[in-house]
Amino acid sequence: MTDTLKTDLMEINLGPQHPSTHGVFQMAVQLDGETIVSLKPVLGYLHRNHEQICEDVSYIGCFPYTDRLDYFCAMTNNLGLAVAIEQLGGIEVPERAQYLRVILAELTRLVNHTSVTGFLLNDMGAFGTPLLYAFREREKILDLFEMASGSRMMCNYIRPGGVREDVPEGFLDRVRGITAAYPRFLDEMETLLTENEIIRQRTQGVGVLPRELAVSASVTGPMLRASGVDYDLRKVDGYAAYPRMRFKVPLGLAGDVYDRYYVRVLEMRESLKILEQALKEIPASGPALSAKGQQIGRSPRTFRPPKGDAYGRIESPKGELGFYLVSDGSPQPYRYHVRAPSFINLTVLEDMCRGQKVADAIIILGSVDIVMGEVDR
Amino acid sequence: MIGWGVLKGMGVTLRQFVGTYPAGRRLLKALRLPEGDGIFTISYPETKQQHAERFRYFPFLVYDATPDNLRCVACKICEQECPPQCIYITMAKDEQNRPLKTNGRTFPAQFDIDVAICMSCRICVDVCPFEAIEMDNRHEISTHGRGPELMFDKSALLRSADYFQQIKPTEAATVNARLAAKAAKAQPPKPAAPTPPAASASDTGGASGTTTPPPPHA
Ligand code: SF4
Ligand code: SF4
Repeated sequence: MTDTLKTDLMEINLGPQHPSTHGVFQMAVQLDGETIVSLKPVLGYLHRNHEQICEDVSYIGCFPYTDRLDYFCAMTNNLGLAVAIEQLGGIEVPERAQYLRVILAELTRLVNHTSVTGFLLNDMGAFGTPLLYAFREREKILDLFEMASGSRMMCNYIRPGGVREDVPEGFLDRVRGITAAYPRFLDEMETLLTENEIIRQRTQGVGVLPRELAVSASVTGPMLRASGVDYDLRKVDGYAAYPRMRFKVPLGLAGDVYDRYYVRVLEMRESLKILEQALKEIPASGPALSAKGQQIGRSPRTFRPPKGDAYGRIESPKGELGFYLVSDGSPQPYRYHVRAPSFINLTVLEDMCRGQKVADAIIILGSVDIVMGEVDR
Repeated sequence: MIGWGVLKGMGVTLRQFVGTYPAGRRLLKALRLPEGDGIFTISYPETKQQHAERFRYFPFLVYDATPDNLRCVACKICEQECPPQCIYITMAKDEQNRPLKTNGRTFPAQFDIDVAICMSCRICVDVCPFEAIEMDNRHEISTHGRGPELMFDKSALLRSADYFQQIKPTEAATVNARLAAKAAKAQPPKPAAPTPPAASASDTGGASGTTTPPPPHA
C-alpha cells in the first residue's frame, strides 16, 4: 500500500501551548503517517535576558536571578554561581558550609528527580496520580527550604563563602527524618512504576541515545549516564564536601527512556546515602559563612574581583551547570554566561525522535528533563 | 506474568486511597500495611499553613516607638542594590536643599516599593547598614488594580519594631544585639551627643547619596 499510495508529509506544531512541553517549548514536527521524519525545536518564548540583566547588577544581585533559571533547583543554581564567584575572587568556604551545601544540593536532587518522574508519567497518560505522589514528597523538602532560606522555591540562600546564614535549630533533624522516610516512598514508587508492563512497553527501546552521540553532543547529567558514560562532576571535580562522600554513579545500558527513568531512581537512592553520611559528618558548630562572604553580602559593591575569568561548574540534577564569569575589576560581572544543562541536553532531541511515533516524542522530551526557565534564560 | 506489574501498581494506589480515611488507616494498621501520610492537603483559606519563621515575602520599614522615629536614614544603599530596582527613595529636604532631621537623623520623604516588581530576594535587608528594613511574612496582599495599588508608599510600609519582634523573634534578637553593639561602640568618643554615628555618613544626601561609602558594620 505504502509503495503505491504517495502522500505529502504532514506538519504539526506541538506547543508552545501544549501541556506536555514543560513550559513554552515548541516542536515543529514533520510526520509520515505516525512516524516522525524531522523535528525542529523552536526556542525563545521564555527569553528574559538573564545574562544581560546579571551584567548590570552586583555579583550578589545575580543570585536571586539564578533561582529563576531552573526553578525546581534553586539551591543548586545558587551553588553553581557561588562556586564560580569563589574561583574568581579566591574565597574560602568554611567546613560546615561545605556540608550544608552537599545536604541542600542532594535534597534538591531528590526534589528534581522525584518531580521529573512524576511529570514523565503524566506525559505517558498516567494523569495526576504518580505526579501528585511525587509532589507530596517534594512538598516536605520545600518546607525545609523555607525553613532554612525563607522561601520554598526562590531560595537565594547559597552565597560565595558559604550559605547566607546558618540553618535554624532543628533543621538537620528534620532532614534526618526525611532521609529516613524517603526509601519507603521510593519503594512505593518503584512498585507502581518499575515493573509496570505498560510503562516498559512505552519506554524500552524508545528514544535511544547512542553513547557516541551523547558524548559528542556534550550531553551531561542523568541522560549521559543512562547512555552508559561514567561522568559525574561530583566525582570528577569533587567540589564542596563530595570528595569525602562514598557513593556510586548509576549507569544505564540501553540509553532509552526507561534507562533515564531508572538511572534517576538509582541516583535518588545514592543521594540518600550521601545525605546520611553528610548528616553524620557535618561539624556541629563553626561558621556557615566566611568573613569575606559576610563582607560581600553586607556590602556587595566592595567586592571587586581581580581582572580575569573563571568557569565554575557543578553537577546539577539536570547535568553540568556552569557559570562563566569575566571580571574587569568592577563590582559587576563584565560577562556572565550560563551553561544550562537543559538547553544542551535538548540539542539531541531530533536524533532521538527521528523514526519514532509522534506519541513517543512527548515522552522522549519528558525524559530529557527540561525546564524552560533554564533553556531560554 | 504479564499484567502482574500493573496489578501491583494498582495495589499502591488502592492503599493510598484507603489511607486517606481514618477508618481506612485503622484497617491498614490491622493488616500491618504502611499507613502513609493520610490527608496531606489543607483547605485554604479556612485553614492556613504555619510558615517557617524565616519565611519572607515583602520588605517593611522598621520604626522604634513612634512612626516618626524611623530607623531609615534615606542613605539609598538598598535602592542601589535592589536587583530589579523597585525601591524609590527621596530624602526629606528643606527649601535650601539641606537634609531635614528628626531625632538627629535624616529621613526619607518618600519611600516607595513597587510590589509588582519586588522579587522577595531579601538583598535590601542584607545590605541596609541601619537594620531599617526587614522582611514581612504577610503575603495575602492581592488587589484589584495593578497601578497605584501595587506601589506601596512609606505609610504602607511602616511597621513597629515590636511587630518585627513578634513575627521573627530569633532574627530580631540578633538584629537588636547588633544595634546594641553599635550603640556601645559609638558612645565613648562623644558621650554627650545622642546623635547616632549614622547621620554623618549620610549627610551628603541627594543624588550623591548613592556614592556614600557604606558605613562600617558593627
Ligand atoms: S539601606 Fe536602610 S537606611 Fe538606607 S535607605 Fe535603605 S532602608 Fe533606609
Ligand atoms: S526584596 Fe529584593 S526585590 Fe524586593 S525590594 Fe528588597 S532588594 Fe528589591
